[in-house]
Amino acid sequence: MRPSPRRLLNILVPVKRAVDYSVKIRVNPAQTGVDTNVKHSMNPFDEIAVEESIRIRERSLSSSPSSPSSPSSSPVTITALTIGPPKALDVLRTALAVGADSGVHIAIGEKEAMPEPLAVAKSIKAWIEKQNEKAGGKEGRVDCVILGKQAIDDDSGVTGQMLAGLLGWSQATFASKVEVDEASGEVTVTREIDGGGMQVRCRLPVVITTDLRLNEPRYASLPNIMKAKKKPVEKLTPADLGVDFTPQLEVVRVTEPPKRVGGGKVESVEELVAKLKEAGITAA
Amino acid sequence: MLLRTSARLARPVCSRSYATAGSPHALVFLEHRKGKIEAGSLSALTAASQLGGQVSALIVGDSENVGGVVERAKKLKGVSSVLTSTSPQYAEALPEVLSPLLEKLLADSSYTHVVSATSSAGKSLLPRVSAKLDAPTVSDITSLEHDPASNSTVFTRPIYAGNAIATVKAPSTIPIKFFTVRGTAFNAAPVEEGAIAEVKEVEPVQVDSPTEHITTTIAKSDRPDLGVASRVVSGGRALKDAKTFESTLYPLADALGAAVGASRAAVDSGYADNSLQVGQTGKVVAPELYMAVGISGAIQHLAGMKDSKLIVAINKDPEAPIFQVADVGLVADLFEAVPKLVEELKKD
Repeated sequence: MRPSPRRLLNILVPVKRAVDYSVKIRVNPAQTGVDTNVKHSMNPFDEIAVEESIRIRERSLSSSPSSPSSPSSSPVTITALTIGPPKALDVLRTALAVGADSGVHIAIGEKEAMPEPLAVAKSIKAWIEKQNEKAGGKEGRVDCVILGKQAIDDDSGVTGQMLAGLLGWSQATFASKVEVDEASGEVTVTREIDGGGMQVRCRLPVVITTDLRLNEPRYASLPNIMKAKKKPVEKLTPADLGVDFTPQLEVVRVTEPPKRVGGGKVESVEELVAKLKEAGITAA
Repeated sequence: MLLRTSARLARPVCSRSYATAGSPHALVFLEHRKGKIEAGSLSALTAASQLGGQVSALIVGDSENVGGVVERAKKLKGVSSVLTSTSPQYAEALPEVLSPLLEKLLADSSYTHVVSATSSAGKSLLPRVSAKLDAPTVSDITSLEHDPASNSTVFTRPIYAGNAIATVKAPSTIPIKFFTVRGTAFNAAPVEEGAIAEVKEVEPVQVDSPTEHITTTIAKSDRPDLGVASRVVSGGRALKDAKTFESTLYPLADALGAAVGASRAAVDSGYADNSLQVGQTGKVVAPELYMAVGISGAIQHLAGMKDSKLIVAINKDPEAPIFQVADVGLVADLFEAVPKLVEELKKD
C-alpha cells in the first residue's frame, strides 16, 4: 500500500536508574523509603529494551544488503531517555555505549523524589510531541517506544501502558518476541500472558514493554564506552516539557516485611516426611 | 427474609452525578476463560467488597461465553450488580479495544474505584485507562482500607521484590482510584446462597483498533493451576534438563496433588514452560506447602513464594539462601532424595 518500500524507524527507549538487583535493600529508620546509598544500575528490563532496539536495527540492516552497513546510515535511530538526578546520566551513557545514538536527560535534583509513573509517561509523551513537531513530516518522528515492563524498585509496571493510553497508540506489553515489518508499518509481538502466550499485530506507532525472555542484553566494550562519551545528550527539565512532578499518591510509610525465619534442617527423607505429617500434609 | 427482600426493593435507585463521601462504588474487571471466572478476579472482588460500598462486576466477551459467566457472577458474594458488554471485538481482552468502553462507563462518575486482578490482562488495561483520566494505578495491592469521611483509600503493596512494604494513600483529589489486587492476599469471593445481583447490558463501543489479535496459546496441564494451588513443587537449575525436570518433579507433584513451579533459571534454561515461573517477574504464590527442589533462593524467587505457609527446601548446598526461609530443610542430593520422598509418601 505504501509508496515507499522502507521507512525510517525512530525508536525511543526510556531507561531508569534503579537500585541494583543484587543489593539486599534496607528500609531507612525514618520509614520514608529504603536506603539508596547503595549500588545502582540500569533497571534490568530496560537493558532488555535497549538490546531489543539495537537488534531491530541490526535485523533491518541485514535484511537490506544494498544499504551501507554503518549504523549511522541505518534506517533505524535509537534515542535513550532517562528521568532522574545527575547520576542518572550513567545509565544513559550505558545505553549509548551499547548502541543508542543519542540521549535525553530530564534532570531532577539530587534530593528530589522520583516522579510517579504517570508523570514519567507524561514527560515521555511531551518529549515525543516536541520531537515530532520538530520533525514535521514523516522523517524523524518517533514511531516506536520500547520500555521495560516494570522497574525493579517500585514494581509498578504501568508506565508503558500509561504512555500508550496518553498517546492513543497501539500497545504490546510483556513482549517475548518482536518482529518489525518496516515496509507495511506493522509490528508483530508475542506477549507473555497468564498461562501462555499471545500474538498481536500492531500498526505503528507502538509502545512495547519487555519481558525478561525477549533477549539477552550485551555488554558494552571499552572502545564503545569511550565512544559513548562523544554521543550527544540533550538535557531538559520537567518545566521545559511543561510537566508537573507533584505526586498524586502519598507514601504514608515504608516498612520491612514480616521476617521469616528458617525452621532448621532435618537429617533424612524419613524425618522430612514426619515433619510434613506433623503439618497435616500427606499424599494426595 | 421476605421483609428484607422487600426492603431491598423499596430502596430508591439513586443516580448520582458525583460520588458522595461514604459511598464507594467499585467497578471490577472480571476475567474469564472458556466460561470460567479467573481465580484472581474472585480475589479482586473480595478486595473491592472491603471498600465497604457497592461492587459492580464488568464482564466483557463474545456472545459464546459471556452468558454463563454472567449467571455465575451474579451469585457471587459482594456483587451488587453485573455489567455486561458483548461484541466479537471483546473475544480477547485487548486494552486498545476495551479502554473506550471503560472510559464510557467511568464518564458516569458514580464509580470511585476501578479494580482488577494483577493479571496480564488487568495490568495491561487499567493503567491505560487511568492515564487517560489523569489518575494513577496502584499495582498489586495486598491490603486496603477506605475512609468514607475523607474519601481516601490507603493501600499496602510490596516494593523492591517484596523486600519492603509501602503504605500509600490515594486522597480525595483522585476521584477514581485504580488498583490491581494480588490474588494471594485475598480470599476468593464465594457463591452466596440466594444472592442475585441485577444485570445491566452495556452497549459495546466499536473501535478501529491499531492492534489486532492473532493467536493465543495456553500451556496445557492436568495439574492444579499454579496461581491457586494449595501445594506447589518447584524446581530450579539443578534439574539439569527438561526431561529430568519432568521425570524428577512430576511424580512428586502427583504424589502430593501439587502444581508444578519453576525458578527463573529453570525456565531460562528451557527446563519448564515460562507460565510456571515463580518470582518477582513470574507468578506470586502463597500455597499451604511450597517445596523448593534444587532452588538456591535468589531474592527475585523469594518474592514469589515467601508468603507460603510451609516452605520445604531440598538442596545439596547447605549454604543456599533458601534455607534461611525454609521451615524444613534437607541437605541432600535431590536425585536421591526426591524419588525416596515419593516412595515414603506413597507408603501411607
